[in-house]
Amino acid sequence: MRKLLSGNEAIARGAWEAGVVLAAAYPGTPSTEILETLAQLPGVYCEWSTNEKVAMDVAIGAAYAGRRALTAMKHVGLNVAADAFFYASMTGTEAGLVVVSADDPAMHSSQNEQDNRRFAKFARVPCVEPSDSQEAKDLVGVAFQISEQFDTPVLLRITTRIAHSSTPVDLGERQEVPPAVEKFPRNVAKYVMVPANARQRHPVIEERIRRVQEFAETFPYNRVEWGDRSLGIVTCGVAYQYAKEVFPEASILRLGMTYPIPPRLVREFAQGVERLIVLEELDPFLEEEIRLLGIPVEGKSIFPLCGELDPRVVRESAVRAGLLPASALTPLPVLDKGPLPGRPPVLCPGCPHRGVFYVAGRFKVPINGDIGCYTLSLLPPLSAQHTCGCMGASIGVAHGADRAGDPERHIATIGDSTFFHTGMPALVNAVYNKSRVITVILDNRTTAMTGHQQNPGTGLTLMGERTKEIPFEPLVRAMGVEEVHSVNAFDLKAVRSAFKACLAYDGPSVIIATGPCALLPEARARWLPLEVDSEKCIACGACLRVGCPALVKQADGKVWIDPLLCTGCEVCVQVCPKEAILTREQVAANV
Amino acid sequence: MREINFLLVGVGGQGTILASNVLADVGLEAGYDVKKAEVHGMAQRGGSVTSHVRWGRSVRSPIIGAGEADVLLAFEKLEAVRYAENLRRGGLALVSDHAIPPVSVSSGNDVYPSDEKVRSVLQAVTDEVHFVPAVAVAQALGNARVHNVVLLGALSQRLEVPVDLWERVIAAWVPERHRDLNLRAFRRGRELALEHGG
Repeated sequence: MRKLLSGNEAIARGAWEAGVVLAAAYPGTPSTEILETLAQLPGVYCEWSTNEKVAMDVAIGAAYAGRRALTAMKHVGLNVAADAFFYASMTGTEAGLVVVSADDPAMHSSQNEQDNRRFAKFARVPCVEPSDSQEAKDLVGVAFQISEQFDTPVLLRITTRIAHSSTPVDLGERQEVPPAVEKFPRNVAKYVMVPANARQRHPVIEERIRRVQEFAETFPYNRVEWGDRSLGIVTCGVAYQYAKEVFPEASILRLGMTYPIPPRLVREFAQGVERLIVLEELDPFLEEEIRLLGIPVEGKSIFPLCGELDPRVVRESAVRAGLLPASALTPLPVLDKGPLPGRPPVLCPGCPHRGVFYVAGRFKVPINGDIGCYTLSLLPPLSAQHTCGCMGASIGVAHGADRAGDPERHIATIGDSTFFHTGMPALVNAVYNKSRVITVILDNRTTAMTGHQQNPGTGLTLMGERTKEIPFEPLVRAMGVEEVHSVNAFDLKAVRSAFKACLAYDGPSVIIATGPCALLPEARARWLPLEVDSEKCIACGACLRVGCPALVKQADGKVWIDPLLCTGCEVCVQVCPKEAILTREQVAANV
Repeated sequence: MREINFLLVGVGGQGTILASNVLADVGLEAGYDVKKAEVHGMAQRGGSVTSHVRWGRSVRSPIIGAGEADVLLAFEKLEAVRYAENLRRGGLALVSDHAIPPVSVSSGNDVYPSDEKVRSVLQAVTDEVHFVPAVAVAQALGNARVHNVVLLGALSQRLEVPVDLWERVIAAWVPERHRDLNLRAFRRGRELALEHGG
């Protein structure tokens, strides 16, 4: 059966067909759909773990127990999981272990565009890269085989344009793989990485990667496509597709394994062409590896290092470098568009974060942010985020500024799922080290930005089972926080008095602001568009300062509410000085 | 077999992903090689979004380079202007005549381009500019959200694919309870294209 599948769906399918028994992940764009898809298929245990490092440990445990296991994460997730990734490389596993890293060139939804092929080399782990969904599916099974043949984790690296592009895939059936061991191993020398054992293991993994390099020489996904020999292109991943499109005549060495690269194959290819170039997204990774072989090659001197490639970018670069004639490029029209309003992503109408940031911004103190929808409050008119680096950073950064003697009080804002991810150790640290940080847990009852995944606060698992719902207030009190305020995120008065109390308190405090994401089904069921009484509206613009897309300023300065957008959250009602915006109750009474 | 590149542009939450899913599957069932690319995550929160769908004998890149789209299917006017140079000269611009003002406009800090501006920018690229009252039509059918399928209906008049194939694919992509509404939206879109010469 042939079907259009995204790279992520294909990886899930490939893992299922390869008999994967366990998969664990933390959601992160562009990797999220891998676990969401796999959880729909029978016979596989899938979980959202609290963070990527935990997910990696979980997958490693399964592989130690002799069951094929997979973990998937966005590129920066591998930073969180790096500790586990490195020890798994040292120990190897009993059954196959595949680690999927979904990198995000162009940072469609990320804070950086790190190239995780570096992690493969760093940890001496083989790295395979598909060029479309069919290969993504097939390479999962191949990665499990490599993992088991060489006793190593395998990194399956994709990028956004593989993860979220759909291409036709031939579906296969599931192959059940019996456990690789009868009993959990008691192999202390291999699995207990105390220094004495680790010293024995290090030469083993260096020797292992040399054997993988030999294997790569005849690996069928490393493929030479001879064409015109005046130009030879080494490429991988989605860049292979751009190479085929822009240089249909050229000779191509497509590497399906990008670490380690096969020296003899590369040398043979280099000798067969007049000019050797590398076409790869992000870092000059293959370029450096080839240069280390003593082979002259060009790459980033032609193609951009930052951002993502596309056929136009490749063509422009090629024309500049004299690889293609100027006629290969159709000039783009120069259009007189005038000043065009931007359209950055925004907090949705009805978002529970809006009121909290509206109030927090009024106190004019630094607000240290975190990773989630709420980061969008950085934009005007809320302008309520002053730092945001990575998952869980808010509380530590706020605490550091506070303890360093910064005279301002610091607020840290963090979502429910992010708090479980890496916020908890930071809050314990803040209490332990006598912080005065005001931590706001923005509990919108879901992991929203990545598309509504469950988390330990929602009471449901990835597989849809009921589970213990971990409540925030007892949790933070048990961590030693004494000043705790649980408030309704839509009640601006309650939010304001919570902030006032925390600012007056000389110690660590927590505000738990709860309100369901407006896009959750239970919230959608309550949507009720509000209206403005234009007689009462004095065109003061106060409501526009909450930054809601449903509020539209008209020619006379008065405000109109777009009924297609408004959900009836009543945040604007609470900031109107003239009671000109009808409440839900008033609207319902009018109907 | 002619290669056709479709660039779908709109605002996160408008239903561009469903439209690109339908368009991709229609191509596949009509016998084309197909690739489709979109972006999830942060951009979906009311931001400017694009989906790429390519039909051909053998499609390589999943994304369309600037100036290489044969069809610009715009679900919102400002987004049509934003991505105008992605359309090749003489390509087809099919634009919903719907405006969603960004927050900077609704709060009075920026100005939304006039209809004349939208038209003139697109006409600098191609003579084939057609506006479709997709939202109004969808509202008349009972649900503004099916404006995306109205637009697909209008597009379908320009492609050599049997109508029943389109309808089968749409039926497969939408929930049972919305099936009739979506099929009516598709047929109205087809009629509109004829009425407006789109």
